[in-house]
Amino acid sequence: MDHDLVDQIIDRHHAEASALIQVLLEIQAEANWLCTESLKTVSERLEVPLARVLHVATFYKAFSLVPKGRHQVHVCMGTACHVRGAPRVLSAVQDATGIGPGETDLELKFSVETVNCLGCCALGPVIEVNGTTHGKVSTAATAKVLQGYE
Amino acid sequence: MSRDCPCRSPAELEEHRQAVARDPGRPCVSICAGAGCLASGAAEVIAAFETELADQGLAAEVDRKGTGCPGFCERGPVVVLHPREICYLQVTAADVPEIVAASLKGDGVVERLLWEDPTTGARVEREQDIPFYANQQRLLISANSRIDSRSLDDYLAIGGYTALVKALFAMTPEEVLAQVKKSNLRGRGGAGFPTGAKWEGSRNAPGEPKYVIVNADEGDPGAFMDRALLEGNPHSVLEGLIIGGYTIGAREGYVYVRQEYPLAVKNLSHAIEQAEGYGLLGEDILGSGFDFSVKVHKGAGAFVCGESTALMTALEGRVGEPRPKYIRSNVKGLWGKPSVLNNVETWANVPLIVNHGGDWFAQIGTARSTGTKIFSLVGKITNTGLVEVPMGMSLRRIIDTVGGGIPGGKRFKAVQTGGPSGGCIPEQLLDLPVGFDELSQAGSMMGSGGMIVMDEDTCMVDVARYFVDFLTDESCGKCLPCREGLRQMRRILTRICEGKGRDGDLETLEELSEVAMEASLCALGKSAPNPFLSTLRYFRDEYEAHIHDKRCPALACKELVSYYIDPEKCKACLICLGQCPSHGIIGAKNTIHVIDQEKCDACGVCFEVCPSRFDAVIKISGAPVPPPIPEEQRKIVRKSHAS
Repeated sequence: MDHDLVDQIIDRHHAEASALIQVLLEIQAEANWLCTESLKTVSERLEVPLARVLHVATFYKAFSLVPKGRHQVHVCMGTACHVRGAPRVLSAVQDATGIGPGETDLELKFSVETVNCLGCCALGPVIEVNGTTHGKVSTAATAKVLQGYE
Repeated sequence: MSRDCPCRSPAELEEHRQAVARDPGRPCVSICAGAGCLASGAAEVIAAFETELADQGLAAEVDRKGTGCPGFCERGPVVVLHPREICYLQVTAADVPEIVAASLKGDGVVERLLWEDPTTGARVEREQDIPFYANQQRLLISANSRIDSRSLDDYLAIGGYTALVKALFAMTPEEVLAQVKKSNLRGRGGAGFPTGAKWEGSRNAPGEPKYVIVNADEGDPGAFMDRALLEGNPHSVLEGLIIGGYTIGAREGYVYVRQEYPLAVKNLSHAIEQAEGYGLLGEDILGSGFDFSVKVHKGAGAFVCGESTALMTALEGRVGEPRPKYIRSNVKGLWGKPSVLNNVETWANVPLIVNHGGDWFAQIGTARSTGTKIFSLVGKITNTGLVEVPMGMSLRRIIDTVGGGIPGGKRFKAVQTGGPSGGCIPEQLLDLPVGFDELSQAGSMMGSGGMIVMDEDTCMVDVARYFVDFLTDESCGKCLPCREGLRQMRRILTRICEGKGRDGDLETLEELSEVAMEASLCALGKSAPNPFLSTLRYFRDEYEAHIHDKRCPALACKELVSYYIDPEKCKACLICLGQCPSHGIIGAKNTIHVIDQEKCDACGVCFEVCPSRFDAVIKISGAPVPPPIPEEQRKIVRKSHAS
């Protein structure tokens, strides 16, 4: 990721050690992942040991230490979706993309994640692709939604 | 008409309030712009109203508002036309021209978009007459649909920040505290700790500075009331927080909100900027001499951060692991200083208490659980959504009257309350009044207010496995009973769901539960066995059926169910045959379909797609599949062909 951008993000938070999580979140939002270089810069400028930066980066779910695919598929596994058949929807997503939760395919096309609640329980089971919500999906509808992405 | 200079006195604020007062007779279209309705197309509806009102020459006469969530997510996008309060449900962009012509140009209604009584078929025009709303007591959430969620002027117009003015200018911090104590307000985040006592502890604790914090790390799956409040009416939470700061002597506040709620973060940050611009936050608020500032901290995705000490550790920029609570966090919390952490809904109640008094609040609800509570009613329920009811209402009334019962003629089985650490309450306890202590006695808890309704198709062993699985993933790993104990519980529960349960499994699970409850560091571990223990208490027969008969009574556990096609009912329509992902259905046109049990992996697609007029795919558990009919009998001779 662009070095200047990382520096700008750190500057916005006055390089305060307590802003570590906020800084990493912004880098993640810009680059879609946290590369080693960015993590090192953050560690040096915030004066936080690299081990602690990595501790944080691996503890929280929002961070990824590997590049993500072009299309982010979130399968809601919240309780309301679960009782309405989310596990079947997840299998359909796995069949359609060839990858499981937490994985990214080799062409960097899809990244699949399970999430714990998207808060649209009235629409369950729900999947979200690149921020667009698809509600009340059946296994067949899931496959159809994913076919639409290149 | 927004302000460009801060108000320097209460009088200036009042003057501004008068200037932005809304004419109650003026037509206004309120469209829910909460996350649920946006997901069902509210953005297109808003855009359609803009164009349509312009086209029909009404743009100057009719106001538009993108409001917060009114709660009726099941029927979103929800549109309410003021002043007639006509409530249109499931509106699409295509309906908009008709609505504008009928109800804004003319004074008619579009019948088909009104709520319809499922038994009588009668249509209901006004929002408050719909049973879903009529049976609620909406003190907090009703403001959501009356204001534009991004307008401070709207909030002022409905009396916003009057409680702050009252607290700062007409009450001492001690008087505010006395009212909060009198109200008996208890924390809405889960444990139900008395808010007044928590505040008092911080107020009297030594150490400066002090902090007030909003816990908006709403991680319980199936619960979204805090998000609705933050998205729809962020100022009500801020107002409560500022009053809290004034009461305990804090000048800094934090809002810990999960980044999975982008709209909440956006609306809240916008609200803080607006409040600063109006002189309601910052130095010398309204000339009172009280300084207060608020920072937003985005959570990076860890369920355990909803726990008070873990949240505070995360605010310090570290890994959100809980700390031992030899000294409570209201005495020694964030950066080791006295810190009051309350849930979003708790803070939103504070302005009401200041305005109306503690006694008024205490008479709502029951003696030990006062006020109202917003529940997120989801799962197998007709009216999914947010409902706000006085404490003490029975579960039955919430589910049947407000929630409209179970859809599809299915039988109620249980309601799960309290999120992953809560428990399942069976049908025989449905008359239980909802309150902190009543739910705890039943083996569940109030939690943050998630209420997940389950019907006969839900397997209770699977539900326990689901929650233990969730908590195993979310355990921070700091203490052993939680980290290792839950992992073993998950292993055993998964085994039971797969039909590999053994004698003694239940006893081992009980033992692991006991250790986790006794020896875990924080509430996550201490309450983690609840889903297992409560389902075992009320549904032991289901566990036994899984373990001894290898049968799932709800026909939900994939490894324990089999499918076959009833040859009497199969019409050889080819639908299941085409959709079976394992290519495990044998058949052809006019040839009765048969499932090849060798290939079937019990995904259930055939069961889902078989047209309901045939219902030929049969799901069974605990019994062998009947042998397929011999090949020579599979031909279907259709009447039209025969004649």
